[in-house]
Amino acid sequence: MSCLKDEIREIIGHHQGQVSHLIAILQEVQQKYRYLPEEALEVIAGDLHISPAVVWGVATFYAQFSLKPKGKYTIRICNGTACHVRGAAQIHEALCKELQLKEGENTTADLEFTVETVSCLGACGLAPVMTINDNEVHGQLTPEGAVSIVRGLKVKAAEEEKEKVRGRDHVA
Amino acid sequence: MLLKSREDLQAMAERAEKMLRKEKARILVCAGTGCVANGSLGVYEAFHRELVRRGLAHKVELLREGEGAGLALNISGCHGFCQMGPLVRLEPEGVLYCKVKPGDVPEIIEEHLLQNRPVERLLYHHPATGQAVRREDDIPFYKKQRRVVLEHCGRINPEDPYDYLAHGGYQALAKALFEMTPEEVIQEIHEAGLRGRGGGGFPTGKKWALARSEAGGPKYIICNGDEGDPGAFMDRSVMEGDPHRVLEGMLIAGYAIGAQEGYVYVRAEYPLAVKRLRKAVADAEDLGLLGDRILGSPFSFKVHIKEGAGAFVCGEETALIASIEGQRGMPRPRPPYPVQRGLWGCPTVINNVETLANVAPIIMHGAGWFRQCGTPTSPGTKTFALAGQVAHTGLVEVPLGMSLREVVFEIGGGPREGRGFKAVQIGGPSGGCLTAEHLDLSLDFDSLQKAGAMVGSGGLVVLGQDSCMVEVARFFMGFVQDESCGKCVPCREGTKRMLELLDKIVAGDATEEDMDLLEELALVVKDGALCGLGKTAPNPVLTTLRYFREEYEAHIKDKRCPAGVCRGLLRYFINVEKCRGCSLCARSCPVKAITGERNHPHTLDQEKCIRCGTCLEVCRFNAVYTA
Repeated sequence: MSCLKDEIREIIGHHQGQVSHLIAILQEVQQKYRYLPEEALEVIAGDLHISPAVVWGVATFYAQFSLKPKGKYTIRICNGTACHVRGAAQIHEALCKELQLKEGENTTADLEFTVETVSCLGACGLAPVMTINDNEVHGQLTPEGAVSIVRGLKVKAAEEEKEKVRGRDHVA
Repeated sequence: MLLKSREDLQAMAERAEKMLRKEKARILVCAGTGCVANGSLGVYEAFHRELVRRGLAHKVELLREGEGAGLALNISGCHGFCQMGPLVRLEPEGVLYCKVKPGDVPEIIEEHLLQNRPVERLLYHHPATGQAVRREDDIPFYKKQRRVVLEHCGRINPEDPYDYLAHGGYQALAKALFEMTPEEVIQEIHEAGLRGRGGGGFPTGKKWALARSEAGGPKYIICNGDEGDPGAFMDRSVMEGDPHRVLEGMLIAGYAIGAQEGYVYVRAEYPLAVKRLRKAVADAEDLGLLGDRILGSPFSFKVHIKEGAGAFVCGEETALIASIEGQRGMPRPRPPYPVQRGLWGCPTVINNVETLANVAPIIMHGAGWFRQCGTPTSPGTKTFALAGQVAHTGLVEVPLGMSLREVVFEIGGGPREGRGFKAVQIGGPSGGCLTAEHLDLSLDFDSLQKAGAMVGSGGLVVLGQDSCMVEVARFFMGFVQDESCGKCVPCREGTKRMLELLDKIVAGDATEEDMDLLEELALVVKDGALCGLGKTAPNPVLTTLRYFREEYEAHIKDKRCPAGVCRGLLRYFINVEKCRGCSLCARSCPVKAITGERNHPHTLDQEKCIRCGTCLEVCRFNAVYTA
């Protein structure tokens, strides 16, 4: 896994190894791996000359960071006041049911989907709202609507998988 | 193009203005988060395609001279009327089209631009009278507003610095640098009576004066864009819709206190705001409006963008500083205040986004102008995020001192259909709930404080008769408990126990002693917590206990939720008239509480029922009802 080490060091290099950039470094690592691998945290602690406890402390303090692998699609359901009073909980429930997530789980076993609730995304005028990977915003949702969006993603993911297999066969 | 002097700036501004005046028409497609979610970028693309297809010369940036380009196509920031999005505004008339789809574009171009006839069906129609309203400013939602902070939002392209210059941008900075001493700048802000728009209401001029008088250095300006209150999105709209206005405010603040560096701390949940701020900083650097010896004056200033990582407590100034320094965002006791010892131990001024957005117009037009609206102790305007069960949700900016009634009923159009008005939750988790009795209350810092609420960040959530106040209090307590950083005991343990008590109440397991204990705990947390998060966390509970005590009592004594929201207190019944005996509910019930013969009405055993609501969901004949 030395390649991981090199990749992490490259990211640390973007920030001139400054301790004050710890959060930005972790953000960049998470963007790359979709979570914070343990080894990465150790490399960061070593290279910034701070104790691993400090790095862990920061990584566990902020809601954005995950120490567990996350799905390819991170679905964030807004639970701000407006979304809450317009039924965010029902949407969360419907999606967990659709993706067969048990109580306390938020990522599917195949690492395709992660479902999280977040406090206010700031699009209250469109409550209830969810985002997919931060670049797609869906507003004025209903539980059925949310489920059909996720089904669409599943189809897309399956097609991409097929493409990959076809590509591999082609090479073979 | 580097601007090396005030004359350079004026020349550039004049060129930009001239270009603007040349425009015979301008199409502004809203690209705020809300409209983007509704597909406004597709509408923008459709305009572009259609203009190209028809061979209509147009320009997509201000300084790109097209052949006889009398037509400009631009994105804009948030108009605040997200619900009616995607919004398209057409200048010079200021006509607003609502809910525009890509398919509507050819008609708009043909009818509006070429034939000069507005497209009636896309105009805003008054819900009561059905009357179409042509101009944006005539729509009731906008009519009573006074836009100072949001004046450019929805009118200019936030990603184009020349557009900002054409609209008088950076003139206030030039005026401050070349016509005023730092002390005079502070005096102007002080006389204007600007108070912190982040919710605390501390006089901005006083804060700057304190920082200026500190001997140590270097000094820092931090723009607090960590708007974490659920139900608030004003700062986001300003950062997305007019990022240069925020930078200009920071520059003026930097000049006033003698700082050379500033940070904008933005929530991670606002990717579009981060993107636009980054672009604004890069553009301002290219123009020489940020960097060394700005416009040839001795003043130098740099701005860094820092992304938060999802912690509500980081909106508290000392926690925010810790976060910028790369640590866990934990608050620390004050004093020393940040103006004495802040970032890296140096004097630091932390101002909210909206506070900074007010600075340029105050410097430009003077303190007297600013005091023309608002109340004597709370001058100026305030943006509120209007959301919840109200007909028109969105962003509003009104003079401070306007009554709650005017905001909710005249601007917001009153509660949504069929949902009577019950309460307004103002100021997020730090604020409180106000009732119909408070509708004539003046919205300003002091009168809200008296009522037990606060302006807070400016979230205004309207609650209808179908909202349970105890559940709302529980929701906020759950939020605060989740976001408590855990440093001080009153907040860490207090909010946890308060949440447990509220959980008990909504589940119908609470006694009257629990309510007294909840009240006692709330007061202890309010007094004992270390920072603003903990000190204000009990407000939603205290105000609901004060104004909606009967709802708590109904949950505790009668084991009943008057709004019919709390699941634990609902009873499910089967209407024998409607039940066809299809047995779907009996088969779906996880605890076999429903029995009956096929084709005969079924019965539900209240003893066995766990109130999961499955029967209600599956019944195709509306035979299951709750009470």
